[in-house]
Amino acid sequence: MKNSIVYLYLIVITLNFSCAQDAENQVNDPSEIPFTAELLIDGLQIPWGMAFLPDGGMLVTEKSGEIIHFKDGKKTEIKNVPEVYQRGQGGLLDIELHPDYENNGWLYITYSSEEGEDKGGNTALIRSKLSDNALTEIELLYKAGPNTTKGQHFGSRIAFDNEGYLYFSVGDRGNRDVNPQDIKRDGGKIYRLNDDGSIPNDNPFVNTDGAKTAVFSYGHRNPQGLVRHPETGQIWDNEHGPKGGDEINTLKKGANYGWPVITYGINYSGTPITDKTEMKGMEQPVHYWVPSIGPSGMAFVTTDNYGSWKGSVLVGSLAFQYLERLELNGNKVVNREKLMADIGRVRDVKQGPDGLIYVSVEGKGIYKLVPKGS
Amino acid sequence: MKFFLFIYFATITGLAILFFQDKELEESIQRGSEIYQDFCITCHQGTGEGVANTFPPLAGSDYLLTYREESIRGIKYGQQGELMVNGVTYNNTMPPMGLEEEEIADVMNFILNSWGNASDEMVTPTEVELISED
Repeated sequence: MKNSIVYLYLIVITLNFSCAQDAENQVNDPSEIPFTAELLIDGLQIPWGMAFLPDGGMLVTEKSGEIIHFKDGKKTEIKNVPEVYQRGQGGLLDIELHPDYENNGWLYITYSSEEGEDKGGNTALIRSKLSDNALTEIELLYKAGPNTTKGQHFGSRIAFDNEGYLYFSVGDRGNRDVNPQDIKRDGGKIYRLNDDGSIPNDNPFVNTDGAKTAVFSYGHRNPQGLVRHPETGQIWDNEHGPKGGDEINTLKKGANYGWPVITYGINYSGTPITDKTEMKGMEQPVHYWVPSIGPSGMAFVTTDNYGSWKGSVLVGSLAFQYLERLELNGNKVVNREKLMADIGRVRDVKQGPDGLIYVSVEGKGIYKLVPKGS
Repeated sequence: MKFFLFIYFATITGLAILFFQDKELEESIQRGSEIYQDFCITCHQGTGEGVANTFPPLAGSDYLLTYREESIRGIKYGQQGELMVNGVTYNNTMPPMGLEEEEIADVMNFILNSWGNASDEMVTPTEVELISED
């Protein structure tokens, strides 16, 4: 009799908790998998970023500091890569081609750099050309400051919009109460530059005294996904929350995304960061994850290669080791699917110029999602 | 009398070393806790519980408490491939964090003495220094 009371108690409690779970935070198993994952490049450790060359080759950054040129099944190491500040989440990070790469040859790279006087490092953005398997004509376009020995939140994703502006992210660098809400400081920001590194005249804070004029939006924690929406041309990001509170945001000029004043996450210790999830003058995410999936990389599907996927956004999960597909209705997430379950830490996802999806997985390499029936 | 004096000094010296090391260990654990917040907590979580089947736990970890040298090596040079912790096999990548030897010793002392873990012998920067990649 005593036992049955205990069981009843447990059942009631379990029911309470299962009802409290927000439906939008349920990830579903796919009813149909429209691809087979083919390991295209193997033997990689932490393939952080990837870019597709016009000749069918690929460039892959390894966090440890190498760039690998992959073509026709062969890997070649690119020389003259700048030295990275090897600490915590820092390293050689994203790589992206200029939209007109074929004519101007510029490629853009982010990494953690010790450049500057203070001890430690911070995120740097360079552009360079590629010649005889070496980086040449390297130009430093931006170096966030000050340096710090903190190991976390370098941000670093790069994206171009339809007007040719370059966007990149820098995370809060482990200084959440100081950096993200202060537009006079680097960190916790999305930046917008012209392709040569100069500041666009119509950036939101060009006329604000003391502001970092490269800033496009602020109040971010650690954005590691950045992509142009294929129809609206707007830049979208995904960013890591603390314990819970990862987000997808649509980026608006001059907008404040709230970290750490508002968040759906809590401290790793379980204590609250703030009791607010929204506030006037601060943007709400398109989607937030509780618990955190550890989002990295982001790509829109724009083809009919994968059944009904067109218009969906793909996001890598570092914490739960799968590729997530979020089905969208406008700016609203209507369904979430878990793909490539237990594949490993998914660091980046991109749609290649061939319309196929490429997924980089830590400890494995780059997978190509080959559509079924092709 | 000689014997008594010997015992007396030996005891005093022993206790002094013990107390001194205790204080040193305490300070190292304190510094290690800050390193943990910055470098480890994202994966191994706030109470060292890890993430099921993805990131191994540190709290009550048989691997950490048995394989001290391998654990230090993992933090110093990074870790890749299969690893068995408390009967569960993990297959993942932990990059080297770029920590200094003293920082590695501090964070080892923190994880060896937190969340119910306990270790009598303090990890020192010298011990970390002597551990090579292979």
